[in-house]
Amino acid sequence: KRGLYRKRRGLYREGLLSDDGFRLDGRRPREIRSLRMRLGLFPRADGSAYIEQGNTKVVALVYGPREVRGPRSRSAPDQAVLRCRFSLAPFSGPERRRPRGGEGRGSDLALRLQQSLEAAVLTHLYPRSQIDVYSDGSHCCTGTTAAALAVLDAGIPLRDVVCAGSAALAEGTALTDPNGAEEAAVGPGLALALLPASGLLALVQLSARVPCERLEPVMEAAADGCRELHRALDRELRRSLRERHGEV
Amino acid sequence: MQTSRTFVKRTRAGAVVKVVREHYLRDDIPCGAAACRRCPLRPDAPAPSLETQPGGAASSLCPGPHYLLPDTNVLLHQIDILEDPVIKNVVVLQTVLQELRNRSIPVYKRIRDVIQTPEKHFYSFTNEHHRETYIEQKKGETSNDRNDRAIRVAVKWYSEHLKKIEDEEKIQVIFLTNDRINKEKALEEGITAYTCEEYIKSLVANPELVDRLACVSDEGKEIESGKVIFPEHIPLSKLQQGIKSGNYLQGTYRASRDNYLEATVWVHGDAEEKEIIIQGLKHLNRAVHEDIVAVELLPKGEWVSLSSVVLQDDGQNEDDIETEEEKENILKTSVSKDMLRPTGKVVGIIKRNWRPLCGMLSKSEIKEARRHLFTPADRRIPRIRIETRQADKLEGQRIIVAIDGWPRNSRYPNGHFVKNLGSAGDKETETEVLLLEHDVPHQPFSQAVLSCLPKMPWSITEQDMKHREDLRHLCICSVDPPGCTDIDDALHCREIENGNIEVGVHIADVSHFIRPGNALDEESVKRGTTVYLCEKRIDMVPELLSSNLCSLRSDVDRLAFSCIWEMNHKAEILKTRFTKSVIKSKASLTYAEAQMRIDSATMNDDITTSLRKLNKLAKIMKKRRIDNGALTLSSPEVRFHMDSETHDPIDLQTKELKETNSMVEEFMLLANISVAQKIHSEFPEFALLRKHPAPPPSNYDILVKAAKSKNLEIKTDSAKALAESLDKAESPTFPYLNTLLRILTTRCMMQAVYFCSGMDNDFHHYGLASPIYTHFTSPIRRYADIIVHRLLAVAIGADDTYPELRDKHKIADMCKNLNYRHKMAQYAQRASVAFHTQLFFKSKGVVNEDAYILFVRKNAIVVLIPKYGLEGTVFFEEKGKPTPRLDYNNEVPSLTVEDTTLCVFDKVKVNIMLDASNIQHQKIQMVLVEPKIRGNDVPANLSTETSSNNEPEKKKRKLRK
Repeated sequence: KRGLYRKRRGLYREGLLSDDGFRLDGRRPREIRSLRMRLGLFPRADGSAYIEQGNTKVVALVYGPREVRGPRSRSAPDQAVLRCRFSLAPFSGPERRRPRGGEGRGSDLALRLQQSLEAAVLTHLYPRSQIDVYSDGSHCCTGTTAAALAVLDAGIPLRDVVCAGSAALAEGTALTDPNGAEEAAVGPGLALALLPASGLLALVQLSARVPCERLEPVMEAAADGCRELHRALDRELRRSLRERHGEV
Repeated sequence: MQTSRTFVKRTRAGAVVKVVREHYLRDDIPCGAAACRRCPLRPDAPAPSLETQPGGAASSLCPGPHYLLPDTNVLLHQIDILEDPVIKNVVVLQTVLQELRNRSIPVYKRIRDVIQTPEKHFYSFTNEHHRETYIEQKKGETSNDRNDRAIRVAVKWYSEHLKKIEDEEKIQVIFLTNDRINKEKALEEGITAYTCEEYIKSLVANPELVDRLACVSDEGKEIESGKVIFPEHIPLSKLQQGIKSGNYLQGTYRASRDNYLEATVWVHGDAEEKEIIIQGLKHLNRAVHEDIVAVELLPKGEWVSLSSVVLQDDGQNEDDIETEEEKENILKTSVSKDMLRPTGKVVGIIKRNWRPLCGMLSKSEIKEARRHLFTPADRRIPRIRIETRQADKLEGQRIIVAIDGWPRNSRYPNGHFVKNLGSAGDKETETEVLLLEHDVPHQPFSQAVLSCLPKMPWSITEQDMKHREDLRHLCICSVDPPGCTDIDDALHCREIENGNIEVGVHIADVSHFIRPGNALDEESVKRGTTVYLCEKRIDMVPELLSSNLCSLRSDVDRLAFSCIWEMNHKAEILKTRFTKSVIKSKASLTYAEAQMRIDSATMNDDITTSLRKLNKLAKIMKKRRIDNGALTLSSPEVRFHMDSETHDPIDLQTKELKETNSMVEEFMLLANISVAQKIHSEFPEFALLRKHPAPPPSNYDILVKAAKSKNLEIKTDSAKALAESLDKAESPTFPYLNTLLRILTTRCMMQAVYFCSGMDNDFHHYGLASPIYTHFTSPIRRYADIIVHRLLAVAIGADDTYPELRDKHKIADMCKNLNYRHKMAQYAQRASVAFHTQLFFKSKGVVNEDAYILFVRKNAIVVLIPKYGLEGTVFFEEKGKPTPRLDYNNEVPSLTVEDTTLCVFDKVKVNIMLDASNIQHQKIQMVLVEPKIRGNDVPANLSTETSSNNEPEKKKRKLRK
């Protein structure tokens, strides 16, 4: 444990930001990682999406809308019920890990995913039904974005594609979309889910202590990342649709 | 815009883990040349730093305009040259910077500073993320070779890139490397490459630079010439294995001051043997004072004890290894068995701690020689061989030299000349030397720092008044020593309606002007404290703040941080309140003036009556504090009366303490304690406090023994018992005894230190008998107070916080630096007093004075001269004289010289004079006059005889008559 702590301090000292304003991997503070995505990978699911953001890789599947399974008390009379699951693959970290029980339905990450999606999916169109979302990846923000894309792929109407992004604070500068090394050094900081068209926030979560006066720049950096992500997604979406169906 | 490349990197110790990191390659990194139109410029980017018409020194090797591009080793070793204003337009690659950071943090910091200086036109090029200069490590290629190749690729790219600039004169890029193979490869690839030496020597207009070249020879060539004197150092990786397995011990190397063939190593961690003796040139194996070394223990049969022999390294000739061995044999004689201590030899160096050294040149006897030896002022550092052509000029001057290396075949380390400070003995030069030797940052404030100051004329604005109370109507005054220009505290006292007394302490609001994180703040935290030397003051903050805007002078509006108590007439605190305020001091008094006002019955104005009230309260508070066990200690303090023209000391005087001194002190202590309580209750994790640990009981041994010899008992089981027994320890026939005892007690004490409350659980201040304490009252001269001000301001909601303030690790790091700076400032102050005492006695000649014996040592006594507050050692052994019979008794402590017995606290008479035989280490010499010692006859009236005579040689001869 001591070794880990030392390493974190070490990295922190080493400087996450060079004097010329470059981060460890060569990005500038407000740049996001490279993005790749595909829709409809799994024909058996109603909707599916795969996103690669830097080294983070996420698969999301959507089943539904369909009839509520199990007791009827689970259904809602006026809207569809979103049921989310979020799991981390055993090979998703630097060291292989055993899958644990706590990541299933109702876990913290799944709740975050559900909360973000509920803000975007037009659930009132499908009363008494359920939509199952399975997101499988190493990072909750990317997971949320992937889930939104999968919902889109399933043809379920959305207010907007939820774009989630994070930001961390390193030596007074907010870093958009921190990679693994940066997160290990200063903590994940702030996670944010944005509906880019309306600018509404579906979720804000602080998982590290951020000084009050620095909160705004960090949020701004995260939102910037989300908007940038949205532009990239939009581009990719149009391209993949063109490939599949010709000119839109 | 960005390309991604993932690559496999590093494995962690223990489990082998594959780490994949992204590495973006960009095409928007500018080349930094001002003439370049091709590189994209970001709107917010600073202007390109490399000049269109590269100025700087003209080189005969490449007369055209050129940029320099050094490799890592050139930067590492030749930083002294690169820092010279003549060298401009240098490209520093990211690869180089990264390598540098891994190898030497100080050099890395220096080069970063240079890059940020606009006049130097240095540019750091992020080549590792540039699309065209990034290269991947080939299979079988070491990372060193890969980095060398990366540098060459970048040079190549630069030269091709610059060719595309459409300008009449093409700018060349010159690659500087001292590595032979690298240079050859570069030339093969068509790159213009020179060694640093070739280039610097080609700067015909600046021959003085050649002297500063570090002489780093190629590792390979080393063995070919000359005899190998030292065993090889074991490489670091093997050392680490050895330390892990316990074969070697790691420790800090401390050379002996008196004997150049002896040193001790303080072992890190909790090994059984804390201190290991190293004896003999070969065993010392090129370690230099303060290095971190690895030591191998010798078998028990070869153990020795520290010899008490004084050996100075004066051999001029290098081949005198035989005589060295003779000398080593001297050390080994006459040692009793039970005195033997662990002894070892240095097998390798873990980390060199070389710093630039002050000292003087010992010119070579051979005429026209270029190689000379340099003698550092610090006797623990060996002499250094330097190469210079200006030896004639440098003789008799104080110079700075840096060590470059110590090859195995060389008796002395190699170094290079850095800077000339001025002639030795000169007051300015000596002050500079003592500042440098004590690591006191004393350069004038930089432009960046000065730009953080408020613009003059300055006035208080509406904005400033936001969280402030207007206290300008109060009758506030300040009491300080005469001639004080940085007044940081003022007081007021008045009676309020309910019959109680309101007392206010107002401290200059320095944190209002020094905002966290700006250049001014960084500079002040680096300086840590203002250093007061005898004739000058090294300010922590620029003068505009220290002597004007922050100084609470009379009759001007000043910003203050006030601590206001409501007290009853028994001086018990009923209420405490802190506020930022605006005050207008009614008078700035000296201690003497304030005392006069209190004493004179005719004066009854507002200021005087409030001073009287304050004085009354202070007396009650002081009594209460002493009843609680606070110590009143004494240490002789000296003040020089300076000649106003020449600034030479003309008289010495011990400081006199008046009642008003203790009055002000009392309220400052109270303010500090109140603030400490407040910030600790508000921020238990990161409050900056000050503690004074209780000394271990063994520290008091010397005091108890000394008192016993005078039939007095000193109890040391608690601070209170100590204070009481010190009060009782008086002798009717010997009134000065009490002061002497208090001086001795001071020596037993530990050093008070700053610490962060979240990192420690012992807060007690032993000397003040207070459970909690901090520094709040002198923000102009101490940085700790500024932090405390900021904490308090946040606590009362008057100012915003910032992240570093709440990081306990950062606060703890800062405390470490502040403690270090305070210690160094104290040493510098003492050194300055010592230097001025020397000047004083130089003009006085030989002086005959009364003195008291403070300590008794095995071959000497330490005496204190109350008149000057001067302490000195009287030796009974002298070179070239028969040693008198010495008999030391540890129980009493006393020393019998021939037939005369000397005890602690005995009154004696000594002759004081200046010993200037060693120009680098002039010192005060003392000789015992009374009681007379047989065989050591010194005429008591010597002072009149030789007062006009300043040559020590003659003096000595007279003494020996």
